[in-house]
Amino acid sequence: MALNRDQIAMRVAKELRDGYYVNLGIGIPTLVANYVPKGMQVMLQSENGLLGMGPFPTDEEVDADLINAGKQTVTTATGAAFFSSAESFAMIRGGHVDLTVLGAFEVDVSGNIASWMVPGKLVKGMGGAMDLVAGAQNIVVTMTHADKSGASKLLKQCSLPLTGVKCIKKVVTDLAVIEIRDGKFHLIERAPGVSVEEIQSKTEGELVIPDHVPEMTFD
Amino acid sequence: MAGFDKVVHSYDEALAGFKDGMTVMVGGFGLCGIPEGLIKKVYELGNKGLTVISNNAGVDGFGLGLWLEKRQIKTMIASYVGENALFEQLLLSGEMEVILTPQGTLAEKCRAGGAGIPAFYTATGYGTKVAEGKPTANFDGRDYVLERSLTSDFSLVKAWKADRFGNLVFRKTAMNFNPMMATAGRITVAEVEEIVEPGELDPQYIHTPGIYVHRVIKGTHFEKRIEQRTVRKA
Repeated sequence: MALNRDQIAMRVAKELRDGYYVNLGIGIPTLVANYVPKGMQVMLQSENGLLGMGPFPTDEEVDADLINAGKQTVTTATGAAFFSSAESFAMIRGGHVDLTVLGAFEVDVSGNIASWMVPGKLVKGMGGAMDLVAGAQNIVVTMTHADKSGASKLLKQCSLPLTGVKCIKKVVTDLAVIEIRDGKFHLIERAPGVSVEEIQSKTEGELVIPDHVPEMTFD
Repeated sequence: MAGFDKVVHSYDEALAGFKDGMTVMVGGFGLCGIPEGLIKKVYELGNKGLTVISNNAGVDGFGLGLWLEKRQIKTMIASYVGENALFEQLLLSGEMEVILTPQGTLAEKCRAGGAGIPAFYTATGYGTKVAEGKPTANFDGRDYVLERSLTSDFSLVKAWKADRFGNLVFRKTAMNFNPMMATAGRITVAEVEEIVEPGELDPQYIHTPGIYVHRVIKGTHFEKRIEQRTVRKA
């Protein structure tokens, strides 16, 4: 069975390590915050100027001056800090954030990512995505393996305008965990009950399949 | 009191010298930390042909959405403009030009502009549409794009507190683009919630020193509209 949004987030959460500073994008990446393993401390960075983002506020706690990058009201975690947008992107572009998780439309075997613009549709802007992919050493992309018509999103070459070049090394989809190296996709894990054949059929770019492909496990 | 006293007592005074065709920086992230009263005053003045530098473009009928309503913006430099139906219409009809800029590059353009640095190299956007037509260079094996910095005729910023000398303190994530934009304005106007006497703000906790700020006005009303009110059960 293909993973649902929460299960993708649960699998991404296994990439977290104690003491990580993490930036989570909008959509599935945001859900990762719900699955931080017990006993592990991570600090969430929100690029509008907050390190140490807490949960959503109660009605009484709502503060218009305290939002996340998705413009949702949030709270601060213990030990949080506020700062300007320039400071925030100094953290991101200076490579200080340990892990960035973001969504994408397409990824290719060279590690290129397209996530901000579909020609012919209204372009809303890249926000901080180009800075995040250029700045982070450790990026996990979350997306469905194929689009609604079944067409692969893991391509030989991205067809949409790029967000960044040669920057993606790991992708968690609803079907598989894929690593990108040496100009190829490498199948690392498959979703429970999903066959290697299905993953192969939905992966356009060259896919290296080891003899044994373990199923993902969830704690 | 003269000398370093930056306080003005009306929005007319705050925007004296504001003209058609000017370049204006406006602080804020979404609707958080925007100078509401100054935006409204520019809307009332009706100046046209503005080049506006702001992370977003407001929503229909509020924030910079007001300037869109009166067709006051010629060129918009922003990182994300998704929340505004009128914006889409003006863009498609060619009435307004938009220069989409990565958020970190936008912040750094303002910071560098205010610091007298005319351009800088960044890896952000290398190999994408953003880099088209711009010089590139390789440092230590990595490719970078040369980005020009930005300055403004007027920077309109929002702070929480100011003293009469223009020292500013921001509140929580309402800080965002305001500090850098304050440094990059030929005339910087700060709209604040509270004005105190010099010496009342702890010098150790000033975010923006008064040297960058030319006029300070106490806002008459802050609506502080929330775009995505998201709550959990108590």
